[in-house]
Amino acid sequence: MYSALQSALDPALVALFSALVLGCAGIPGLFLRKPGTGQIISVTATLLAALAGVPAALQLLFSNTTTTYLLQWNLPFGPCELVIDPLSAFFLIPVFLVSAAGSLFAVGYWPAVEHPATERGLTFFYGLLASSMAILLTARNGVFFIMVWEIMALSAYFLLVTEHEREEVRRAGIVYLIATHIGTAALFVYFSLLAAQSGSFQLPAAGSLSALSPFAAIMVLAAFTGFGAKAGIMPFHTWLPSAHANAPSHVSALMSGVMLKMGLYGIFRTLTFFHDPPLLWGAVLTACGITSALLGIVFAVAQRDMKRLLACSSIENIGIITTGLGVALLGVSSHNNTLVYLGMAGALLHILNHSFFKPLLFLGSGVIIHASGTREMNLMGGLGKAMPRVAALFLVGTVAICGIPPLNGFISEFLLYLGFFKQLKGHSLTALVFLAPLLALVGGLAVVAFTKLYSSVFLGTPRSSAAAHPHEAGMTMLVPMAFFALLCLLIGIAPQQALRLVSPAITAWYPLLLSTSVAAEYETVLGRLSLAALLLLSAAVVVALLWRWRLGKMAVSSASTWGCGYQRGTARMQYNGTSFSELAVSVFDGIMRQRIERPGLTGLFPGGSRCSDRPTETLLERIITPLFAGTGMLFGFLHRLQHGLMHFYMLYIFATLFILMLWAN
Amino acid sequence: MTNSLIHIFLALTMPPLLLGVIGKTKAAFAGRVGAPFLQPYYDLSRLLQKGTVFSTTTSWVFRAGPIVALATTAVAALLIPFGAHPSPISFDGDMILYAYLFALGRFFTMAAALDTGSSFEGMGSAREATYSCLAEPTLFFALITLSRLSGSLSLSPMLVNISLGVWLDTGAALLLLIGGMFIVLLVENCRIPFDDPNTHLELTMIHEVMVLDHSGPAFGIIQYAAALKLFVLGAFFVHLALPYATGNPLLDWGLFVISMLELAVVIGIVESVMARLRLIRIPQLLVAATILAAFSTLLVIR
Repeated sequence: MYSALQSALDPALVALFSALVLGCAGIPGLFLRKPGTGQIISVTATLLAALAGVPAALQLLFSNTTTTYLLQWNLPFGPCELVIDPLSAFFLIPVFLVSAAGSLFAVGYWPAVEHPATERGLTFFYGLLASSMAILLTARNGVFFIMVWEIMALSAYFLLVTEHEREEVRRAGIVYLIATHIGTAALFVYFSLLAAQSGSFQLPAAGSLSALSPFAAIMVLAAFTGFGAKAGIMPFHTWLPSAHANAPSHVSALMSGVMLKMGLYGIFRTLTFFHDPPLLWGAVLTACGITSALLGIVFAVAQRDMKRLLACSSIENIGIITTGLGVALLGVSSHNNTLVYLGMAGALLHILNHSFFKPLLFLGSGVIIHASGTREMNLMGGLGKAMPRVAALFLVGTVAICGIPPLNGFISEFLLYLGFFKQLKGHSLTALVFLAPLLALVGGLAVVAFTKLYSSVFLGTPRSSAAAHPHEAGMTMLVPMAFFALLCLLIGIAPQQALRLVSPAITAWYPLLLSTSVAAEYETVLGRLSLAALLLLSAAVVVALLWRWRLGKMAVSSASTWGCGYQRGTARMQYNGTSFSELAVSVFDGIMRQRIERPGLTGLFPGGSRCSDRPTETLLERIITPLFAGTGMLFGFLHRLQHGLMHFYMLYIFATLFILMLWAN
Repeated sequence: MTNSLIHIFLALTMPPLLLGVIGKTKAAFAGRVGAPFLQPYYDLSRLLQKGTVFSTTTSWVFRAGPIVALATTAVAALLIPFGAHPSPISFDGDMILYAYLFALGRFFTMAAALDTGSSFEGMGSAREATYSCLAEPTLFFALITLSRLSGSLSLSPMLVNISLGVWLDTGAALLLLIGGMFIVLLVENCRIPFDDPNTHLELTMIHEVMVLDHSGPAFGIIQYAAALKLFVLGAFFVHLALPYATGNPLLDWGLFVISMLELAVVIGIVESVMARLRLIRIPQLLVAATILAAFSTLLVIR
């Protein structure tokens, strides 16, 4: 009896079962006629699954064991193993946390009563997306991996086009679909080569492949293309802003907070297969990473759509993570354990951090859109007074994502900086230290982007009538946000504990590194950092109390803002988002441009005119769009094959099969 | 312990004196008598006695601005060594915290300015955001150079390490660094030629226009925090430019105070002999400063 209970409580089994529950959570709703019941069932199931799944994942992470299950299937692709090792367990944590929080948020954000037509599908695919990501992390058979990968990609597509009556949404959906399938095509190449190399579709054991074989480079390139397209690393980022901007907000939270990380997981996992990777791999990853970080944040600064800004900042954060991974890989190639540890710790911790603050901000943006009815930052303003709780929680996310102390974003960047600076003492790879000023520039630009976001939404006075009558969000929307804000604060104040969470995953990624010995050193450093954070908070409290004391003694009155003598200031005269970022963007003129069409003023009494701005990516406009247009023309003849006549399509299938049969014989 | 107490005492009391010295120097150049050295202290105590007017458009973010600005600068003051004495708080990587503390303070100052809904204050924060973001890499290049020279990852050993010997060895790198860091010092503290704290026109200001709506004790806190920031960044710069040490603790404290006053005089002279730059020139000069610092890094790394 006891042993049966124990085996039932095996954390790996619990995690797998929770993953299945996530996927099934939306199914009852599909068959219930009355709207709302299905949503409640789904939320309850998702929350319970997360309550079981997160402790199970933590247990698997800390116990440092690898659990294997064999899935019985009758497909000719070899045995299908489900394996949870600490690396998978680490990635499972955000999957459970973010999907549960988003599902609770949806009750207030996308209530079934108000959206009877779309809610069922949304809830179902949301569960399916979360579940497929959790199972993907355990898949160790190439074919099974691609199947789950496709379920993930397609359910994300159906979530994305929830509001398909809008032209913009359909367009974003198509772009996403094309991008994700280019990625999948690359993954087909990757997994076929892998199977050719190792003899079965079973993913190879850690360190079992040589990185020097001629196939290895092609394989890694295919994997990097396929997984990078999902993660949004720089040359493959073009689908990301429109997709994240047009999805419902809790879906954006799940996509940005977790789904992008699945691409990164693929890269992490792929790299474990090879021993002795050449320096070039790490160098390419690092270069792509820092480029993504820098350009992503430049794009973000120029945006005027709130959710596009958040999406562009995802490119930046993914870039930071990739930089960390690249640096760690350089460490592996040059047998530098400190570099491996710090790069990896920075990357993994940033994955965790980004999956806390980005969903917080995306959920916040959902509340804001609910309240103001627009995504346009230039039309908002002054929302902080009507929704103080949302404003406070959003501020936590804003400070965290800028990577400034005392919140969690700073910690992961701190570890990366430490890694760069440590190189100064060594003799090889000293040039890595030049990444530090670049990362500092990224941090500075992030402050510009998020000051713009926060201030144009919450501060000042409303710039349009839509933003003038907002209302505070309900509890189901506030609780998930507060949860993420708390996690951001906790990691910021007790970073040494977060490092403990990351260490087993690092060992799983690079078994030669006994991270316990290296970890102790950085736990003390982070301990100091946590004291400094507490000192900072107490300094702020002391200054605030002193000020309160002076304020209590003197007269306090209120008046309108000082207009430098001008008496008739209006809300439209405020600096808005576009005007705030204009100067900063002008510095990066060649990469990103805010095209501002200014009103033409002629004569003594100019008539009515309009002023508009459009952020344009030079690279996208000059190279990528013409490239795709050209490809489209080139493949135009294929249209003739696609005529909608069913019997011809069946003939194609028959002909293909016939030719294949001949070829096989 | 005594040294830590002196450190805190100096950080608390000395910053406004620098402003007094700068003012006096400028007055001397203009042929005026000028306000007394202690004028900034009188100003502060007067502001603390005054009532406060809050704009009706503002929320709690506006009130948090001065608090965070002072708290962050105060913690930064504990991380930087004064003269030959190490700082009270020091650990591996504290220089990164030092750089990012200013970012936190800046974030809240800009948010507070934008909370008033005034276009002038928006203008100021847009400029502040751009310029400080361009100044950030310069500071990091300086940190890299210093870290390489001292073989350390903490501000105290990094800065205290610089001596006449180091100057003789790597004078060129340090000279380039001084150029870059002096520009950063002036930009971050809103001095001429980048910004003029005493200009009469809101349109041309950067920092002063951001705090137009603060009044009474809050404005006092801002003024004090600005003075402290000059002091903290000045202490960093003094290590590079005037690396004297005698070995005698008391004498070293004296030397530090004198070097800080010298720095104030130099800033006063620069402010007297230069005009304010056109706003569009500022980013160019900031990038130039970054490149100067990058050159110094190249020289020590090669």
